[in-house]
Amino acid sequence: MRYLPLTPDDRTAMLAAIGAGTIDDLFVDVPQPAQRDGFVDLPRVMGELEVERAMKALAARNTAAGDVPFFCGAGAYRHHVPATVDYVIQRSEFLTSYTPYQPEISQGTLQYLYEFQTQVANLTGMDVANASLYDGSTATAEGVLMATRVTRRNKAVFSGGVHPHYVRASETVVHAVGVETVSLPAAIDAEAAVIDAIDKDTACVVVQTPNVFGTATDVTKIAEAAKAAGALLIVVVTEAVSMGLLKSPGEMGADIVAAEGQSIGNALNYGGPYVGLFACRQSLIRQMPGRLCGETVDADGERGFVLTLSTREQHIRRDKATSNICTNSGLCCLAFSIHMSLLGETGLRKLALLNHEKALATRDALAAIPGVEVLTPRFFNEFAIRLSRPAADVVQALADHSILAGVPYSRLAPGIGMDDVLLVAATETTLDADITILAEALTRVLAA
Amino acid sequence: MSTMNTVGRPTAPTANDHDYKPPTLTGGRGLLQDEALIFESDGWGKTGVDLPEPKTDGSDLGALVRRDSIGLPGLSEPEAVRHYVRLSQKNHAIDLALYPLGSCTMKHNPRLNEKMARLSGFSDIHPLQPVSTVQGALELMDTLAHWLKTLTGMPAVAMSPKAGAHGELCGMMTIRAAHEASGQHAQRRKVLVPTSAHGTNPATAVFVGYQVVEVAQTDEGRVDIADLASKLGPDVAAIMVTNPNTCGLFERDIIEIARLTHEAGAYFYCDGANFNAIVGRVRPGDLGVDAMHINLHKTFSTPHGGGGPGAGPVVLSAALAPFAPAPWVVSDGDGFKLIEREEDEAAQAFGRLCAFNGQMGMFVRALSYMMSHGSDGLRQVAEDAVLNANYIKARLSDVMSAAFPEGPCMHEALFDDEWLKGTDITTLDFAKAMIDEGFHPMTMYFPLVVHGAMLIEPTETESKAELDRFIHALRLLALAARAGDVERFKGAPFHAPLRRLDETRAARSPKLRWTAPEGTNIAAE
Repeated sequence: MRYLPLTPDDRTAMLAAIGAGTIDDLFVDVPQPAQRDGFVDLPRVMGELEVERAMKALAARNTAAGDVPFFCGAGAYRHHVPATVDYVIQRSEFLTSYTPYQPEISQGTLQYLYEFQTQVANLTGMDVANASLYDGSTATAEGVLMATRVTRRNKAVFSGGVHPHYVRASETVVHAVGVETVSLPAAIDAEAAVIDAIDKDTACVVVQTPNVFGTATDVTKIAEAAKAAGALLIVVVTEAVSMGLLKSPGEMGADIVAAEGQSIGNALNYGGPYVGLFACRQSLIRQMPGRLCGETVDADGERGFVLTLSTREQHIRRDKATSNICTNSGLCCLAFSIHMSLLGETGLRKLALLNHEKALATRDALAAIPGVEVLTPRFFNEFAIRLSRPAADVVQALADHSILAGVPYSRLAPGIGMDDVLLVAATETTLDADITILAEALTRVLAA
Repeated sequence: MSTMNTVGRPTAPTANDHDYKPPTLTGGRGLLQDEALIFESDGWGKTGVDLPEPKTDGSDLGALVRRDSIGLPGLSEPEAVRHYVRLSQKNHAIDLALYPLGSCTMKHNPRLNEKMARLSGFSDIHPLQPVSTVQGALELMDTLAHWLKTLTGMPAVAMSPKAGAHGELCGMMTIRAAHEASGQHAQRRKVLVPTSAHGTNPATAVFVGYQVVEVAQTDEGRVDIADLASKLGPDVAAIMVTNPNTCGLFERDIIEIARLTHEAGAYFYCDGANFNAIVGRVRPGDLGVDAMHINLHKTFSTPHGGGGPGAGPVVLSAALAPFAPAPWVVSDGDGFKLIEREEDEAAQAFGRLCAFNGQMGMFVRALSYMMSHGSDGLRQVAEDAVLNANYIKARLSDVMSAAFPEGPCMHEALFDDEWLKGTDITTLDFAKAMIDEGFHPMTMYFPLVVHGAMLIEPTETESKAELDRFIHALRLLALAARAGDVERFKGAPFHAPLRRLDETRAARSPKLRWTAPEGTNIAAE
């Protein structure tokens, strides 16, 4: 077996050094009924070539986004990632290291985490950010829990524009600790409606911009209303590139930002691994979940970085921790950070405009089709359209012609009267030819 | 004249030959450059990505457009590559040397797995594409699920948890949902956790709304079954036991523990962090486990990546399976389907844990790893992991003090600090001195039940020669400690990129981000 260095002679010599007769002597504590002779019923050792063949056969049965006209979004976006990113994250010292518990020999990881935290704080317009969470949806759930700790209140209000899977993932977790949730009805331009739902028990309001229908909203007034009621405003962002064009959550008064960072540096990966961005106001840091990297000095006075404020965390506080999280998205935040360093502010703003440009062009092409009504009034790189037929059927018909036309809203929330709504996203990877192919095919399918 | 060291290479001249060692003038150190933060570069306004000129200025968005300076420096590609490669050189890594962190299973990460995860048919597919266009991905998830179920002897697995702690959350929420369904949740409010448990166990139990009750440990490092039995009752929802446990020992009475637990109407949650010791040899299902998370980034070698991403699927018993969260994969005659709405197919599912389908990129790597080993190779993994740990224990027990000297350990060897008594050297000092010898320290001060604990997990991917190098280094250090060479330990590390860091200062006045020095205005540039 190519990954196992011990030879039979090594094993014999080592057993002798231990004073054991056979390997079975080292498993004597396993109770007899659980001792298994022979191998479990699975295939035997396989060479690299055979594994690669089997894997490629599976991969070939999937339609890769890059091979077809592609317009899916709804919380995961296809962007071009510079080759440098994937090269650097495969450096042994990044790929095969552990959580940086020994800072003297982990400064590489710690410094990029510190840079990542600064990039995320600046991108979101917030004071501080943590060293990442699993993804945007789990970050949202953690944000709600944090808000209940900060306000000592017990209710969260979700706007009807928050991604339904984010709402469901948050509800699942926060209901377990007894937090009450109110989810407002889905609507294209939904965010402002949360203001009326805020009351004295509200710990936080959760809004999303651009929301799941693509609608971009200035949430400043919501922030003011939340603040007046003693509640926190959590702003969810599922498309991180949008912050290169749109006003930042911080500028609009967010207290907590929970965002999906996949768009920058990370592939679609069928939904994971992604990278949850989590940022907040300075005054709230001691209630923050997840790992934090901070600056300090070493014994010689040299600047260095360490994981800090760990008294919030499970390995110190155990049953009194702010969260049970230990693993974050290390390598994915490195990918985010490298891509962001390559873009810089100049590149990010340009990238964001290119996304917006492609989405406008797609909107214009689709708006001209009989049976299509554009629903989203102002958007970044994604918008909703109403079709004259159920969106899921249309998407399937187009997929059968190798066009991935977008995400039917019914895939996220069926049976709420929005089965004719299709979410369409475009990015800098969208070609003009893709838009033409989509428009022509959609015209045919709707006319059929 | 050069002398020979123990591995037969000429050593460098000794300090007596050249004891003049000036500090460098730049802060550089041989191959290690002193690398500034990207924010301290001259990259304001620069970019390392060539993009076409946009045809829109975003003016259709009016007041929504961001006008402030964002504060993101840019680097050209050569500068970016240098920055990150320089940083990388300040990290220890499994590719450099043995990484004996107990409980973490730092094993070799096969590069085939990285290559497979990057096939565009896996990496470039969207979680909400029509399922007809991702049949290979669903089959991969289904195949991985089959391997996990077969290796654990369990009938079901929830695939979506994104890390071990997320898996624990999933498992405990499944247990809670089962008690709710049977109408017993109101009375079953306690979870029993041994004192030796990982911190995540009590943190998770509390997170899910339970009261944690600690169970004592015997002098030989195992669950005190009498204490457990006395605490089990109609108010207990579950026990959370790590097996092999955090002392590196197999819980001999595990079947009896499971029986007592079930007799009391509670469920048995097993922390699967240490599955590497028994994979392919012992099936947790045969021990009476009801739920167990599997850290794919430990046992199945998806890389740790400096702290993530991980993946933590949870295998479940038949009693718990109906309560597993969405989404999951099913197959019928027409191929594979993804069940995304818990209310559609199984009203008992407890909900959803994340937006999409779990850590697909990790699933590919884990399956590639499993297929490479096969059932025979995986059994050998467990046996070599246990052999390596026992070899270290045997070779170090005369100079250090094994916490539980009697009998074999499993895949990790646990020492206490008894042997350091009277030396004025602590476990921390000893660990920091290991850094100077080129090794990452072992897990320290965990488990909490052993004083000054040093938990060493070598894994199966270390050769005998590397184990011997490691043992040689630790023996020399142990002898130095006993000989009173205190400064070597108190001041360590001396040879790492940095000396010991002031963690107290970092926590007292947290500085969690770079800010422009007073009087500068980055926006102006």
